[in-house]
Amino acid sequence: MTHLILSGGKYAAFIWPAYAASVLAFAWMILDTLLRARHWRRRARDLEDDRRRED
Amino acid sequence: MFAALANPLRFMAFSRWAAPILAVAAVALIGVGLVFGLEAPPDYQQGQTVQIMFVHVPAAWTAMLAYACLGAASFVSLVFRHALADQAAKAAAPLGAAFTGLALVTGSLWGRPMWGAWWVWGDARLVSVLVLFLLFLGYLALRASIEDEAKSARAGEILALIGLINLPIIHFSVEWWNTLHQGESILRKGGPALAPVYLLPLLLMGAGYSLAFGALWLARTRAEVWKRRATSLALQVALA
Repeated sequence: MTHLILSGGKYAAFIWPAYAASVLAFAWMILDTLLRARHWRRRARDLEDDRRRED
Repeated sequence: MFAALANPLRFMAFSRWAAPILAVAAVALIGVGLVFGLEAPPDYQQGQTVQIMFVHVPAAWTAMLAYACLGAASFVSLVFRHALADQAAKAAAPLGAAFTGLALVTGSLWGRPMWGAWWVWGDARLVSVLVLFLLFLGYLALRASIEDEAKSARAGEILALIGLINLPIIHFSVEWWNTLHQGESILRKGGPALAPVYLLPLLLMGAGYSLAFGALWLARTRAEVWKRRATSLALQVALA
């Protein structure tokens, strides 16, 4: 691995952007998924709590 | 199993532990795959650009898997009118779009040094994957543009089912037409064309990407279930 990381070869300008794009895509998918899940879980629980208090 | 998971309560209980397990397995597989992949020697024809294969091919496989899941969930939702299936379809689309976009970008970065072009409009594999990307975007746009949830679901299901025809086109495009894109190298007569030193990390990465999609799909479907619950409660409050 080190030979590639350090030298990169003459194709480094294509290899590393491909890996960077992969990292960015995964970061977006993970963050967006977790934030979305947390937002709607909280929203549903808040509304459930409101309804319980009203009952 | 699928019938049991059709119950939202059972699905939420199942996905609560299944999603983290899939995520951990995905991280492990991708980690090991990366180590093997980056240690792989340069290919005699493609040189070090062969390293791009380990992120490009799994992204393309997972994009097709995501569309198959979108199509299957849409079919169940359309035929059985099942709300959870519709939520699963909605959850699969943005992930599928991301994996397809990633496959296109990494493919372009691989194509430039190998073919001398970032993009070739006459290549059936490239264009059919672009169509897949547009199908995901079209599905998302359609779902977002129709306010009525039932009508939005029906429209999305029909589009998703029509789009399924693109999956065999993508797979067989390299056999049906002359393309710059290399032919089938894994599922072919006579066994895989890849040397084990490339095949092993590729399969590990492919399994890792697929499990990562599974974990994210479950988590996003959970979010859609919560969203539906919150929307329903908000409506009850408004009507009270």
